[in-house]
Amino acid sequence: MSRIVVVTSGKGGVGKTTTSAAFSTGLAMRGYKTAVIDFDVGLRNLDLIMGCERRVVYDFVNVINNEATLNQALIRDKHVENLYVLPASQTRDKDALTPEGVGRVMDELHELGFDFIVCDSPAGIERGAHMAMYYADDAVVVTNPEVSSVRDSDRILGLLQSKTHRAKQGETVREHLLITRYSPARVQSGEMLSMEDILEILAVPLIGVIPESQSVLQASNSGAPVILDKASDAGQAYDDFVRRFLGETVPHRFLEVEKKGFFKKLFG
Amino acid sequence: MGWFSYFKQEKAGSAKVAKERLQIVIAHERLDRNGPEYLPQLRRDIMEVIRKYVAITDDQVNVQYEKGSDFDVLELNIALPDREH
Repeated sequence: MSRIVVVTSGKGGVGKTTTSAAFSTGLAMRGYKTAVIDFDVGLRNLDLIMGCERRVVYDFVNVINNEATLNQALIRDKHVENLYVLPASQTRDKDALTPEGVGRVMDELHELGFDFIVCDSPAGIERGAHMAMYYADDAVVVTNPEVSSVRDSDRILGLLQSKTHRAKQGETVREHLLITRYSPARVQSGEMLSMEDILEILAVPLIGVIPESQSVLQASNSGAPVILDKASDAGQAYDDFVRRFLGETVPHRFLEVEKKGFFKKLFG
Repeated sequence: MGWFSYFKQEKAGSAKVAKERLQIVIAHERLDRNGPEYLPQLRRDIMEVIRKYVAITDDQVNVQYEKGSDFDVLELNIALPDREH
């Protein structure tokens, strides 16, 4: 079966779409046939972050309503091979997504030979978020070191354990915690929750820590997922995360304040 | 920032407060989640009944639900306001 991974968080603006774009690109770069689906019906944005916004013809809801075939709606990524984007619709009909419709698309993607299906969840705990997590085998819970984000992640973890297809079968969704927008300097000065604090509160295995980085905005400005920016700290951290997801043991980086050399201390 | 701040490794910041607040609120929310669905409404109803007799605030009533092996326990803790002397 294709492995279905939901990228979720509860709170908005923590980096779900940035993560979905980087994650799916990273999986495809390693040769896995990957589809990334935007579940944010009415507020499509994954297409912009992936840089394919001008090639959207059909969308996820068109496929569910049989107005287009999956092959017509899937957009082949221009950066890497093996990667396809299924954009959200801009319709405001929030009932467009149904468990049956989403399930059929998942089955068809499996038949097309996809190894991974990455579901980019909308914020909140409404229908779109529920549908994005419903068929998931794995969940990447994106959390910022900030009180409201941590609290919302805990709510989402509760839903993953009770409202998913797996939960209803008496099975569990594998949970992975991804901390984003982490600032080691602010953690050191005691003004930001540390990675250890968040792990202690949420008690979910850590899969990665993405540092706060200017490269994330640059990536979204240009429509190229940040993992393609191999020189950037965030790009490297996302690459480490993908490798860990695939089972490699990779030490965590970017957790300490960068030690400045003598000249940097003098001249900033 | 003075000269000596350079050597100072840890400062008392607001992160400690954030962690403590989160631990408390999340512990409460997990209890609600693991308990029966009627628990939040039960808590509101109990509050209303008590308020007919005593003026209490939300944080003076603590409803806890614990799952045991043979039976579940519903624990109700009400801190009454100080008596006037």
